[in-house]
Amino acid sequence: MIYLTRKAEFSSAHFYRNPDWSEEKNRAVFGKCANANGHGHNYTLEVTVGGEVDPVTGFVVDLKLLKDILEEQVVSVYDHRHLNHEVSEFASTVPTTENIAVAIWRRLEGKIPNAKLHRVRVYEMDDLFADYYGEEA
Amino acid sequence: MAPLAYFSRRYCFSAMHRLNAPSLSVEQNRETYGKCNNPFGHGHNYFVEVTVAGPIDPVTGFVVDMPKLDALAKRELIDRFDQVSMNDDLVFSGEFVPSTENLTIEVERIFRNEVPKLDAAGKLRLHAIRIEETANNSFDLPSDNRTQPVLS
Repeated sequence: MIYLTRKAEFSSAHFYRNPDWSEEKNRAVFGKCANANGHGHNYTLEVTVGGEVDPVTGFVVDLKLLKDILEEQVVSVYDHRHLNHEVSEFASTVPTTENIAVAIWRRLEGKIPNAKLHRVRVYEMDDLFADYYGEEA
Repeated sequence: MAPLAYFSRRYCFSAMHRLNAPSLSVEQNRETYGKCNNPFGHGHNYFVEVTVAGPIDPVTGFVVDMPKLDALAKRELIDRFDQVSMNDDLVFSGEFVPSTENLTIEVERIFRNEVPKLDAAGKLRLHAIRIEETANNSFDLPSDNRTQPVLS
C-alpha cells in the first residue's frame, strides 16, 4: 500500500455560535470566534489516499483526477463562501476545524476510484490542524 | 457515537543545550556528539507539535478546548523550557542527556499525564508528540510507543 497526498486551498469565513445559547455563553465558550459576522482563514486541505501502484501507469491514482475531485467536491463549494451561511453541512453544525475535516471526509468517501481514503487533514493556520481517519468513538 | 478526530497544535520555544554524557570520556563525548559537545553549548528554536485524540463534542464541535491546551503548554512546556539552558533542568542535568530524542520522551510524559485532565468526560488522550529541532531534524513519538525518562 502506498499513500499519496494532494493539497488544495480554500479561503472561507466562519463563526462559532450555538443558536440555543445566550450571547454570554457563546462568548464564554467560543471567545472572539463567536463574533456574529464571522471571520476568515486560508485553509489548507491535505487528502491522503492509499492504494496499490498500477504496474502500467505507475500511479496509485491519477493526480489530475484527484485534483478535479477535490475541486468539484470541496473547493468549489467552500472557497470564498461563508461556511455557516452558505454550506449546507454547517447550517446546524459548528464549522470548527475538526468538523470541517469530518465534513470533507464525508464529501470524498467513495468518490475516489482505485484508492481508499486514508486521512483528511485541514489546516486552519500553520500551528493548528485537525486529522480525520473516518473513525467513530 | 461521535467522529473521533485528531487535533494538533504547534508551540515554539528557544533553548540552549549541550550534549555531553557523564559516563563517557572527554574524547568519547567529542567523538559521539561532535559540535553538539562544544563546551558552552548552543541553541535551537524548537517546535513542539502536540496531537490529541478524542470524540468531537456534538455541541461545541471541538475535540479539545484549545485555550486549555494552550494554557497547559504554557505552564508545563514554555515556562519550563523557553529561554533557558536545558542542561540546568532537573530531568536533564544528569545521565539523561538533553538530546531532542530525550526531550521528546519528557514532553510525551508531561502531555500524556496532563491532557486527560482537560476533559471532564475523560475521553481525551495524547496521541503523539513531534519535535522539530531544526527544519531538517525532527523526532516523532506516538504516545502508545512511549518510554520513560531516565531520572538521574
